[in-house]
Amino acid sequence: MAGLELLSDQGYRLDGRKATELRKFQARMGPFAQADGSAYLEQGNTKALAVVYGPHEMRGSRSRALHDRAVINCQYSMATFSTAERKRRPHGDRKSTEMSLHLKQTFEAAVMTQLYPRSQIDIYVKILQSDGGNYSVCVNAATLAVIDAGIPMRDYVCACTVGFVDETPLADLCYAEESGGVSSLALALLPRGGQIALLQMDARLHQDHLETLMEAAMTACKGVSKVLDEVVRQHLREASMLTRE
Amino acid sequence: MNILGIIIIMLKSKTFVKKTRSGGVMKVVREHYLRDDIWCGSEVCAECKQDSTVLQKDSLIESNLCPYPHYLVPDTNVVLHQIDVLEDPVIRNVVILQTVLQEARHRSAPVYKRLKDILHEKEKHFYTFTNEHHRETFIEREPGESANDRNDRAIRMAVKWYSQHLEIQKSNTDGLKIVLLTNDQGNKQKAEEDGLLVYKFEEYIKGLTANPELVDRLALSNDDKNEITTSKVLYPEHLPLSRIQAGIKNSSFLQGTFRASRDNYLEATVFVQGEGEDSKEVLIQGLQNLNRAVHQDVVAVQLLPRNQWVAPSSFVLQDDGAAKDDNVDEDEEEKALRLSAAEAAKKPTGKVVGIIKRNWRPFCGMLNVSQIKESTRHLFTPADRRIPRIRIETRQSATLAGQRIMVAIDGWPKDSRYPNGHFVRSLGGAGDKDTEEEVLLLEHDVPHQSFSQAVLSFLPKTPWAITPEEMKNREDLRHLTVCSVDPPGCTDIDDALHCRELEDGNLEVGVHIADVSHFIRPGNALDKEAANRGTTVYLCGKRIDMVPELLSSNLCSLRSNVERLAFSCIWEMNHNAEILKTRFTKSVINSKASLTYAEAQMRIDDTGKNDDITKSLRGLNKLAKILKRQRIEKGALTLSSLEVRFHIDSETHDPIDLQTKELMETNSMVEEFMLLANISVAQKIYDEFPECALLRKHPAPPPSNYDILLKAAKSKDVEIHTDSAKALADSLDVAKVDGFPYFNTLLRILATRCMMQAVYFCSGMDSDFHHYGLASPIYTHFTSPIRRYADIIVHRLLAVAIGADSTYPDLMDKHKQSALTNNLNYRHKMSQYAQRSSVAFHTQLFFKSRGILNEEGFVLFVRKNAIIVLIPKFGLEGTVFFDSKGKVSPDIVFEEEGPTLKVKHHTFHIFDRVKVTISLDDSNIQHQKIRMALTEPLIPGVSVPAPETEPQAKKPKLDR
Ligand SMILES: [Zn+2]
Repeated sequence: MAGLELLSDQGYRLDGRKATELRKFQARMGPFAQADGSAYLEQGNTKALAVVYGPHEMRGSRSRALHDRAVINCQYSMATFSTAERKRRPHGDRKSTEMSLHLKQTFEAAVMTQLYPRSQIDIYVKILQSDGGNYSVCVNAATLAVIDAGIPMRDYVCACTVGFVDETPLADLCYAEESGGVSSLALALLPRGGQIALLQMDARLHQDHLETLMEAAMTACKGVSKVLDEVVRQHLREASMLTRE
Repeated sequence: MNILGIIIIMLKSKTFVKKTRSGGVMKVVREHYLRDDIWCGSEVCAECKQDSTVLQKDSLIESNLCPYPHYLVPDTNVVLHQIDVLEDPVIRNVVILQTVLQEARHRSAPVYKRLKDILHEKEKHFYTFTNEHHRETFIEREPGESANDRNDRAIRMAVKWYSQHLEIQKSNTDGLKIVLLTNDQGNKQKAEEDGLLVYKFEEYIKGLTANPELVDRLALSNDDKNEITTSKVLYPEHLPLSRIQAGIKNSSFLQGTFRASRDNYLEATVFVQGEGEDSKEVLIQGLQNLNRAVHQDVVAVQLLPRNQWVAPSSFVLQDDGAAKDDNVDEDEEEKALRLSAAEAAKKPTGKVVGIIKRNWRPFCGMLNVSQIKESTRHLFTPADRRIPRIRIETRQSATLAGQRIMVAIDGWPKDSRYPNGHFVRSLGGAGDKDTEEEVLLLEHDVPHQSFSQAVLSFLPKTPWAITPEEMKNREDLRHLTVCSVDPPGCTDIDDALHCRELEDGNLEVGVHIADVSHFIRPGNALDKEAANRGTTVYLCGKRIDMVPELLSSNLCSLRSNVERLAFSCIWEMNHNAEILKTRFTKSVINSKASLTYAEAQMRIDDTGKNDDITKSLRGLNKLAKILKRQRIEKGALTLSSLEVRFHIDSETHDPIDLQTKELMETNSMVEEFMLLANISVAQKIYDEFPECALLRKHPAPPPSNYDILLKAAKSKDVEIHTDSAKALADSLDVAKVDGFPYFNTLLRILATRCMMQAVYFCSGMDSDFHHYGLASPIYTHFTSPIRRYADIIVHRLLAVAIGADSTYPDLMDKHKQSALTNNLNYRHKMSQYAQRSSVAFHTQLFFKSRGILNEEGFVLFVRKNAIIVLIPKFGLEGTVFFDSKGKVSPDIVFEEEGPTLKVKHHTFHIFDRVKVTISLDDSNIQHQKIRMALTEPLIPGVSVPAPETEPQAKKPKLDR
């Protein structure tokens, strides 16, 4: 049987988007009052929940504390019902551990940890429904949660997964695209300065294509940053209305 | 940049269930965005904000039915079945809906490709409307609605949208209308209820005033089929795909490729691909069991119980004579078939239960005009004997009789003896050289159209010269005494050589190959065309180039006394031909002479000559002899095949003489260095790119392949060893029979027939690299980039390896490269077949003009009812039959063991010397053939008298 045509001659993708278009974002900041910060984010059908605790004193072994900055602790997990086939082990597997580590590295680059020496910040992210770009959606959700917690960051961390089809870079891949034999790349960017917080790529890609793909990823991340910024501003407007009342 | 939410109004989730690999069911949720920025593509539209339009304002196809400007919207079945008509230049301004395009893609890859080609053609004005993502045309499947019904509704929805969209702007559209074309009665009725303009495809085409012949090209729709055929069911029903799949899973059915027999229309085999050696063949006999499968279809077969197994018949049965109209005459032929089965030779036998994939293409052939004068229904006989005859409807039978035409199959209902089809186009008068050449190219799938403008646009501008910058990047080898040695009349010179003594007494040898990859850059139209063609095809008196002539015969051709870009492989060797150093470089050369093999040979032999070119040639020749000896010591095979050359009359282009190719020392000299260069390059690119080197291998033949050779040798008390290539080569060398000097050559010809095909492959996809025939652990093709695409890829790899060029993505992708090698192997094989057919056709022309000849030959094979005779003088092979019309005469006795054939009192063995008459049998214009009849030995009642007159006398022209 013929595989899926990821990009039609008319320039439309499987779900009807054009190459550079992102999926539809829906976000809510602060859905959990008990936590210091929280956010819920939908990017198309990928849905993630992020919760932040801290900064607070080191828990457990104090020896891990750093004298000049805060330690960031991340945990990534997936709900058992998040994928089409029920997941046997929601967290603690190799993939989740790796993802947790990537998130930690990403936020260590963005959060101004030097403001909180000897303390700890916990970021928990859970994928509720998975439809491609899990890492990116987690980063974006966590960014909103960190902002909700009032922890200063150098800039929004914006992430996006991009892939390459027929010489054309596609932004914000969905699962059908990710699994359709596309070499994909995930980028987490601090958009204002253009600094890269994390760049991840497992597939093989010819060096000639790297530049084009990176450019597409940067543009997509900047697009994400606009959306996140709008979400934060909207949230602030609502919050200030509430306090005024 | 666009962020969703600005343009997109609505978001839908599509949910469907899908089977997982483990057999479970999984729910898939996919997003589906609906947009407001999908435009109608029409020139007349003022509403849509489109940058460019495809559909024309004055879209007039002259029609009785639709005497107003209109756009056509065909449904999926119209596209799938009537693509031949849609391709006609008359049909323009057509809207192809995304729904239709996607369905076509799933249901037929060849039609989808042709549809895409039409969509790319500007003059056709075909527009793709992405209706599934348009906010106003997307519809959801309703509960209980089948996928087909939903798609039909989506098509009607889109047609309705178009109609209204244009209706609103009535003032500037000139009454432009949208016409839906469907052959589905239900769909048509619903469309009429919706107030849409709808016609059956046939109805519409018949209404066209300007092009009545288009009607002939209509594929027959379901309704028509019922008219034609009687109600009698001739064939068993095909099983639905779901039952076939279940059957294959539980091993009650086998899946395989259907291969019809060339000689017997009631017999076929199904090749079932297995793991490694596990592949097997299932024999199918009789119309019922063949059950409408056509050569190359992928089918499901069910094995018959063991007691019904039969042996393949050795009869020749052709489905000829007048059209038998679906009656029972065949029963007797089938019975005869079964009786002949010898117990021992029984094979797994089965029947076709279903078709998994049809592999129909347009077929070349001729019309058998119906006996009934007024009839418009005729049978068509394809040139390829493996294809059944096809029933077509045409009003032009008088014109088409005697022409070669192309016909496509539309379907094969179970109550019809023959498949139904339609006329596609005419190729010209049968027997005309041009027509026959066209048929030959089409039947062997050789791309032979002239190069498109897009391809030609990537050629270098003329006059062309080497730029100073280019010169800087290359090694200047213009001072070397380089020369080329080729067959006479060669204009595409790929290779040139040099040899000189160095100061330390060693020798420097260079092989310089045309730098084609400098001119053909990866991925452009020129490159894609060359990759698709794969190889230049050489027919008698005609060459179908892989690259345009400017490159093949001029800029790339290493002609003498012009500066040319080359890719050089340079060795330092001692006088024992041991390689001390190998290097590769891009270079500029200036060949000092373009010689023929004979000219080069003369220079080497002429002791009076002592110029640089001659010295260089002598050095090369000396080294080549050592190299050849070394190679043969390692076990390389030297096999024989008789190749013939035609001397073609320059005015009439008719063959006037024919001779077998003569091999000189210099042939072998050039060959040795080409082999050496290929091996050196293969090693280099494999070292550099172990995953994606393009290599060539030649598998060792399975032992059973040698049976015929061993038997043949044994009949002359000669022993042949086949344990290894070396053993085979050695035993062939000592195989001699006193008083029979030609024996060794015959044995080598037989050995050639035992060999496997050499193939290209990608090193990352295979582990066995060995080249059996050359006894080399690794091999590739580097030396003929003008005529073989594999060599271009190898050049690119080598250029990257030495830092002279950069890589590109596809070059480093082993899957893409593996797909490329599949195409190259296919093209290579087809080009060989085409070449053979061309030789056969010219041989026929030659013998047609010579009358009946009487020549000496040798028996090459002994068959049940015939001997196959080789005429060394013409390199011609033919069959002498000892029976007539498929009935074994009682006085013929075949012995499997010898094999021998006893005809009356004479027994034929392999290698027997015989004399035969050679003549052309043109009783069947489509299948003219060389007929041989025995004159010596004399067997009363079997052999024929030798022709009396010397035919040469009749044609004095031939003695020129
Ligand atoms: Zn419009």
